[in-house]
Amino acid sequence: MEQQELIPHLFRTEFRKITAVLCKAFGIDNMEVAEDLAGETFLSALENWPYKGVPKNPTAWLYMVAKNKAKNYMARDHVFSDKIAGQVIASAPESAEIEIDLSDKNITDSQLQMLFAVCHPSISTEAQVGLALRILCGFGIDEIANALLSNKETINKRLFRAKEKLRIEKVKIEFPGEAEIGKRLDTVLTTLYLLFSEGYYSESQDAVLREDLCLEAMRLTYLLIENEQTNQPNVNALFALMCFHTSRFEARKTENGEIVLYHDQDESLWNYELIAKGAYFLHRASQENEISKYHLEATIAYWNTQKADTKEKWENILHFYNLLLQLEYSPIAALNRTYALSKVHGKQEAIVQAEKLQLTTNHFYYTLLGELYTGVDDEKALQNFQKAFELAKTAADKQTIQKKIKCF
Amino acid sequence: MKEFMLIFRHEDGAKVASPEQIQMWMKQTMDWIGGIAAQNKFVSGTGLPFDESRVVHHNKSVTNGPFGEIKETIGGYIVVRAESADEAAEFAKGSPVLQGEGNTVEVRRIVKGESSK
Repeated sequence: MEQQELIPHLFRTEFRKITAVLCKAFGIDNMEVAEDLAGETFLSALENWPYKGVPKNPTAWLYMVAKNKAKNYMARDHVFSDKIAGQVIASAPESAEIEIDLSDKNITDSQLQMLFAVCHPSISTEAQVGLALRILCGFGIDEIANALLSNKETINKRLFRAKEKLRIEKVKIEFPGEAEIGKRLDTVLTTLYLLFSEGYYSESQDAVLREDLCLEAMRLTYLLIENEQTNQPNVNALFALMCFHTSRFEARKTENGEIVLYHDQDESLWNYELIAKGAYFLHRASQENEISKYHLEATIAYWNTQKADTKEKWENILHFYNLLLQLEYSPIAALNRTYALSKVHGKQEAIVQAEKLQLTTNHFYYTLLGELYTGVDDEKALQNFQKAFELAKTAADKQTIQKKIKCF
Repeated sequence: MKEFMLIFRHEDGAKVASPEQIQMWMKQTMDWIGGIAAQNKFVSGTGLPFDESRVVHHNKSVTNGPFGEIKETIGGYIVVRAESADEAAEFAKGSPVLQGEGNTVEVRRIVKGESSK
């Protein structure tokens, strides 16, 4: 790998590991110190490698520098060494030296524990997503702002407040106890689900960044699967859901970022390896009786990987939307359910039920009505598509609806 | 918005239906409830199976199941959100339970949990 590619590549894979380990070592009060030291480590590489040459083992070099920087920091900062290093030594009594442990095991443990700390219920889900992107995925503030369609200043403020809150709440960087783990895991999964959705549904023009977000969410979810205590059915179900969705990543947008509707998607672009992977994890998720919303959504996503319009497919999709809505209402699930209903019981019945939903601020609602009225009452269909066009906010959505309108 | 319980009353709970028929009712019930849930009006609900049921009598004697002596049985209930008993009754009209002659769905307001939302 060329040097100018190597450092960004290592930054992607190693920054988050070093940050997590240093956070764990220094405690929640010093997250910024950990970030800064990890950043300085890469700065050293940028300064040294161009003229001294790339070391034989670049990762080991980075770890060594990070360790030294951490030690120097602790020695330099008296307040810090009194308050924090005391704890570090106390927690590692077998070695008198302050040791920053960058072994694979401690990296994984630190990342898992940080995941629980960052997804602490005391801060908003939005803030959790931001912190996860920064601390656990190593995203820059610019990238986070771009991915979340926000600006640098807002993100900086959000992260600052979140860190402050974690500090005040004295959140410990540790694995939750057995009694707590189920509840805490739910919060973590909500954040990972949102992180994934941010990538999947983002309007951001940066396709690589969008996909990165999804892959990062999957990586963190997989971290939970690899750990025995967190390898729970709902975690497997969420991972399956992510696999099924990601399998259509290539097919659902054109090169210009225009959305390709499900029916127009080129199946040959679907990733069948990911579909098989999703099926495997959904199967693993179903070993026990527990049924979470991730199970239901993953099962629906599974049926959506079957392109053929069979009765069985739509009956199943309708069934699982019925269950999902009982568990947790959402407008999009209500609309999708009504579409499935039209496939099972016909458009007339679906129109009656759709009219009852009254989601009159949602452009998808009018798009659905437009679809249902098409061929039944084309005049009404056109009216609904026009209404949808008025309500749609993004250029991509407007474009999609415009295409429908042109068909009349 | 208030909450109402829709109670499914079967005139003759001992009547035996074929597995296919039961499966069809289940599907219809699921679609009916799904339609209510899609309007964000579903709160909770369950079927009440006839196995593992007991009737405790005035003299505290216990008998198996409500069948035999009591003709009418309750097959399940759901709780819905509605502005009025009339709106809840509109929901009830869609229940597949009403396909059985003599069956009824009783609509009752729930006192606890009334909210202004």
